[in-house]
Amino acid sequence: MTFINYAAREINCKIVYYGPGLCGKTTNLQYIYDRTNPAAKGKLISLATETDRTLFFDFLPLDLGTVRGFKTRFHLYTVPGQVFYDASRKLILKGVDGVVFVADSQEARMDANVESLMNLEKNLVDHGFDLQAIPYVLQLNKRDLPTAVTAEELYRQLNFKGEPTFEATAPTGQGVFDTLKAIAKQVLMELRKK
Amino acid sequence: MSDFILFDEEFHQLKDVIGRLKADAQAKVVFIVDKNGQQIAAMGDMESLDTTSLASLTAGNVAATDGLARLIGEKEFPVLFHEGERDNVYISIVGQRVILVVIFDERSSLGLVRLRVRKANGELERIFDTIQKKVESEKTRRQEGYDSPFAEITDEDIDSLFRE
Repeated sequence: MTFINYAAREINCKIVYYGPGLCGKTTNLQYIYDRTNPAAKGKLISLATETDRTLFFDFLPLDLGTVRGFKTRFHLYTVPGQVFYDASRKLILKGVDGVVFVADSQEARMDANVESLMNLEKNLVDHGFDLQAIPYVLQLNKRDLPTAVTAEELYRQLNFKGEPTFEATAPTGQGVFDTLKAIAKQVLMELRKK
Repeated sequence: MSDFILFDEEFHQLKDVIGRLKADAQAKVVFIVDKNGQQIAAMGDMESLDTTSLASLTAGNVAATDGLARLIGEKEFPVLFHEGERDNVYISIVGQRVILVVIFDERSSLGLVRLRVRKANGELERIFDTIQKKVESEKTRRQEGYDSPFAEITDEDIDSLFRE
């Protein structure tokens, strides 16, 4: 649900990074935070456990610039990936404008990817959204690992509506900004239709 | 789900109400956040505060507490209160849609804040009703062919956001 503030001439959008545990959602946000001009970003907030696993969410506000006289502000969130945090995960999807699904390329995580994708679909439905219709980007992360299956195989298993798909290695930044740009573009394009 | 649109007129009305609430409750800061974590309006000494993070964490807090409420069979907990050594935070839900946050210290008291918030809540609800009606009529106008300011967004506009 985009928040258009005519008084402040701002468009505020919410993007959620979703995916199985340890797939690199927080690493995506960390890389974006590290590489963004200080004037264009707020604090990166991580509500994490003592072992740095996301407990509730990470949050990064970003100012991308001006479109048609309106400042575009994106609020990036991650969800906790671990299966048992489903109640928290669902809360974060409230009012979402676009979703990035971060898949773990390792063969051993294929089932976890599929399970997380099904969980995303269900949680979106509970908020009145349709995964088929919402702005959506697929990121194939951890491409650098020797245990990664081919991108073609991942695409075949996880891409379900021809959504933009990017190969990524989040710690080095490969594919991170391409993913962000693709989802931001879809969200802003969606505004045209409204 | 429809977008939330805030127009100048209501924005100033909201600021008037929370400005008055801040004075009446002798609070440090008063702000309004929507349940998705977007800050709508704020009054008070915000220089030392990261209001964007505050808005997001407040919404997270309310969402988690709402979840808790439902688990034990309550509809919601309409008021949350956090007491600190110096500053306290009083959070209440307005019209089931937005969150009103009052930060206050020893110059005020929980009783005073609660009293003033109750009074402001009614006024805020009326303003949000008006906003809701305007959003609906805006939607109808657009369906009837009126162009939104964003109808003309081009690929080039969006690409320019990502240029170094």
